[in-house]
Amino acid sequence: MEFWINQTFNGLSYAALLFLLGGGFTLIFGVMKIANIAHGSFYLVGGYIGYTVASHTGNFYLAFLVACVVVSFLGMVMERLFLHHLGGQDLRQMLITMGIALFLQDLCLLIWGGNPLNLSVPGYLARSLRVGKYYFPALRIFMIIAAGFLYILLRWFQEKTRVGAMVRAAVDNMEMSEGLGINVPLVTLGVFGLGALLAGFGGVIGCAFMGIYPGLDFELLPFAFVVVIIGGMGSLQGALVGAIIVGLIDNFGKALFPELSYFTLFAPMAIVLGLRPTGLFGRG
Amino acid sequence: MIPDRAQSRRWVFVGLFLGALILIAVPPFLPTYIVILFTLSLVYAIVAMSLDLLIGYTGLGALGHAAYFAIGAYCTAILVTRHQISFAGVLGSSILLAAIASAIFGILALRAAGVYFLMITLAIAMCVWGLAFRWVSLTGGDNGITGISRPALGLPWDMGDVIPFYYLVLFFFVACLLLMFLFIRSPFGKTLVGIRDSESRMRVLGYNIWLHKYLAYIVAGGFAGLSGCLYAYYNSFVSPNDANLTHCMEMVLMVTIGGPGTLAGAAPGAFVIVFLKNMVSVYTQRWLMVLAAVYVLTALYAPEGVMGIFRQIQGRRQPVGGKG
Repeated sequence: MEFWINQTFNGLSYAALLFLLGGGFTLIFGVMKIANIAHGSFYLVGGYIGYTVASHTGNFYLAFLVACVVVSFLGMVMERLFLHHLGGQDLRQMLITMGIALFLQDLCLLIWGGNPLNLSVPGYLARSLRVGKYYFPALRIFMIIAAGFLYILLRWFQEKTRVGAMVRAAVDNMEMSEGLGINVPLVTLGVFGLGALLAGFGGVIGCAFMGIYPGLDFELLPFAFVVVIIGGMGSLQGALVGAIIVGLIDNFGKALFPELSYFTLFAPMAIVLGLRPTGLFGRG
Repeated sequence: MIPDRAQSRRWVFVGLFLGALILIAVPPFLPTYIVILFTLSLVYAIVAMSLDLLIGYTGLGALGHAAYFAIGAYCTAILVTRHQISFAGVLGSSILLAAIASAIFGILALRAAGVYFLMITLAIAMCVWGLAFRWVSLTGGDNGITGISRPALGLPWDMGDVIPFYYLVLFFFVACLLLMFLFIRSPFGKTLVGIRDSESRMRVLGYNIWLHKYLAYIVAGGFAGLSGCLYAYYNSFVSPNDANLTHCMEMVLMVTIGGPGTLAGAAPGAFVIVFLKNMVSVYTQRWLMVLAAVYVLTALYAPEGVMGIFRQIQGRRQPVGGKG
């Protein structure tokens, strides 16, 4: 019983991180129909910047702010300079995002070196919460709450606000929305920035949670892919459900079949593709 | 139109002839290191050509091709280091295993189309990477498998030497090139091109689109397995890196630089990347940035490859448009 509760909790906290990564990925995919290979790099850059800010100022929350702003700016520059005018050409866009990913990876190596870095969290987050005989680390609880809060915020934004409606319109039919007077290029730019921001936010949390090192970007990217393939591309709910499924399976997989731990991701992906090729929440 | 085509065909023949001449006659006079890079380039040329069957001829953006390459390489590594099996047996099993793997994964990947297909193939490749990385008892995990000795073929030359092994790889390269050439010239290959250009039209004509794509995927996987087998012999070492994302995308880059849909074009693409990687890393530690620039520049300015640029210049000079 203890094993199950602990592993479930660990799985959920990992799912929170995966939601931040996969949620941004799916938002970008939704409006631009590209699979952004540089998405892991946003996470990496966010984590490194968060580390630098936190270790210089000692302010954990300022780290989030700066990382989010920088990474989302980076994402918008990338969108405007490289991806914007290649709409609909999947392979070219993927090659470009690959190039950018390699560039950012090398840049991070140049600036921050190859050693793993760990962000130290404020004292109250380093403690554990005791419930009965179980201990729940406060940082993990913070992760779950932050991801949950962001999910609700994003859903509210998407469903209830005017700008959110524009985004939904752009996702469904770009040309019609443009015809209705929606500034679609601006919408894509904003969504790209938002997606990058989420990854950057995840990077800061991840840096505190499990450290950050060069190569982590490409190690995490498959998780983002699988989360989004399972959940359905372009869907926030899908990203949430996908993240929870992947987070739990990965955790139990690691504990129960260590040799197949990475490959256990394959099973849910295969099942979902077999039943619903568009993912659980994807549309046609 | 007609003189233009005849002319460009003549150029293709001249290029092929020169290429063949260089590949056959020059290596014995080159420095050893260069011959080693030639060997590696030819190994990659095989897998890149097989990927071109999918990207260029079938219109399937299969990004995870390194998975089948790695499966072939691991199969070879395991059979050579742990079992006593002849070269033919090793080669055959590597091809077969890669083809079986692509038959299994192909069923899943072909459930989706377009950019979904790109992502799913890439995700599958990363699962294969994860398997190589974590299934330590079989694959040696992060350390990979070392000590793969070159095959003994019963020929008077020792395959451990650089030049004989180069010619062995060249032999396989030529054989694969011819086989793939016959494949795309066959009615089956023509159907694939038809599917690439208009899936709906081919469906109306009564072709089984899914089956054609699926078979093409398996054939390409088999060739990738062959290439992986040669790679394992060449390198005498395999590691999870052979299946990773960078490796997957490098193969796509080779095809793109060579020009998708040119088959033999993938070979120069492979040469460019192999030489670039090995030469630039001699001069600078920041070779990843150089590679990054190659990705971006290729995608921005040469999406049809070097051949495409050539064609564009020609097209500008003789504005007699239309597809051939």
